[in-house]
Amino acid sequence: MDVYLLQLFNGLSISSILLLVALGLAITFGLMKVINMAHGELIMIGAYSTYLTQNLFNDYLPAQLFDWYFALAIPVSFGIAFVFGLVMEMSLIRFLYGRPLDSLLATWGVGLVLQQAARSIFGAPNVAVKSPAWLDGGLRIMDGTLLPYKRLFIIALVVVCLLAMYLYIYRSHEGRRMRAVMQNRDMAACLGVSTRRVDAMTFAIGSGIAGIAGCALTLMGPIGPSLGTYYIVDAFMVVVLGGVGKLAGTVLGATGIGMFNTLFEYWTNASLGKVLVFVCIVAFLQWKPMGLVAMRTRSLD
Amino acid sequence: MLAVQQLESGYGESVILRNVTLKVKPGQAVCLLGRNGVGKTTLMKSVMGLLKARGGTVSYKGADLTKKAPGERAKNGIGYVPQGREIFAQLSVYENLLLGLEAAKGKARAVPEEAIAKFPALRSMYGRRGGDLSGGQQQQLAFVRALAAKPDLLLLDEPCEGIQPSIVDDIRGVIRSIKSESETAILLVEQSLDFAKSVGDYFYVLEKGAVAWEGDLESLDDEVIRKYLTV
Repeated sequence: MDVYLLQLFNGLSISSILLLVALGLAITFGLMKVINMAHGELIMIGAYSTYLTQNLFNDYLPAQLFDWYFALAIPVSFGIAFVFGLVMEMSLIRFLYGRPLDSLLATWGVGLVLQQAARSIFGAPNVAVKSPAWLDGGLRIMDGTLLPYKRLFIIALVVVCLLAMYLYIYRSHEGRRMRAVMQNRDMAACLGVSTRRVDAMTFAIGSGIAGIAGCALTLMGPIGPSLGTYYIVDAFMVVVLGGVGKLAGTVLGATGIGMFNTLFEYWTNASLGKVLVFVCIVAFLQWKPMGLVAMRTRSLD
Repeated sequence: MLAVQQLESGYGESVILRNVTLKVKPGQAVCLLGRNGVGKTTLMKSVMGLLKARGGTVSYKGADLTKKAPGERAKNGIGYVPQGREIFAQLSVYENLLLGLEAAKGKARAVPEEAIAKFPALRSMYGRRGGDLSGGQQQQLAFVRALAAKPDLLLLDEPCEGIQPSIVDDIRGVIRSIKSESETAILLVEQSLDFAKSVGDYFYVLEKGAVAWEGDLESLDDEVIRKYLTV
């Protein structure tokens, strides 16, 4: 019994990490249709921002405050990745809208540059970020079953991010403009929406959320310049499987991949489990190319 | 109010409008007539700014708009009901209307009562998605969306295309009420001559990307119609 419970929790945990990694991409790729290969590097930037915040706390603030660096690291990661995203959009991406292959190449190049920059600044070896003490240990639900606080924290963080994104996209004025521009750029412009501003903000927000993902990943282990490359494929998988352009789809996609991954790994082993998951995704997309949640409406006919 | 001078415009390499000059005065309803493919919609898009002018000028209330983006023009008081309605399909009807407020002066937070009163049937559809409405309902929505910002000039591109007769009558009534109640000018593209005659004050006939004839309702006689409009 407790084995299944633990597997269920593991599945949920992997799903939450996948979702966090993919949420930013759900905006930049899902909504804006920019194949952003630098998404992984934006995650990496978020991770290093957390590392820097930790170092600053270590060096300049009294030791008893150290544990709270992580609370600050989340907004800092978001902010720094946001600024990177904004600069990227204004200097590069804006010239490549509607040219998916060009933007794929260009953003991949940006990703390489950012990786190398991180290597030059922080060195090639991985660096460790010390998790705050309040996230050590775990919740004991029964004998032999311990749910680590770190993983619970990431699940909570994802829920908060998701909620914030939902409120922003579907309930705010800015979000309404964003959806209008993504659906019908010309008409939105004719109504007086500043499409340039909306594009820049949207891309920056997607990047910022990638930064938060990077911050969370520091809890899972050491971080390095190529951190992003481990997650970029998974992130695209989640968004494509979920159905491009739908937040609910991304959630379902992440949950599906996370759960099946855990299940297959439990039945077989880590590498075969991954292969099986990919086979399932490919088969599923053959059957439903639009993904789990497809947009259905009269106007798309 | 709106003055288009020697406008030249088109898509990519192809030039559609060669030399178009027209004027719309405050409170006037001007109809653009012409066979398919003579450049009526192209002219509307050029006035709105969706197409960049290659030559000539578009000026509005004395200000030169030729180089301005569509959003800028909307904020100057031009409302646009495009061909095909261009409703935001994934947004609710109410959200569509709120987007109409983007160009409104000041900090308008609610759709003006007089705009929604033109097509009160929309009130019961606020929660539905724009894309789920029928063509006629979408047309009404596009109308109110354009009126929400209280424009001084309304561009209507074939508002009756594919619409059932009763709603065409409603639209005719709305255009007439806009004319009688306010100083809002209208530039209307229309295929149906009867409809155009029933609301228009002044008429331009386009042919091969240029104005071939212009005049008021009385001078729009059978000879003009035979020459420029019958197929």
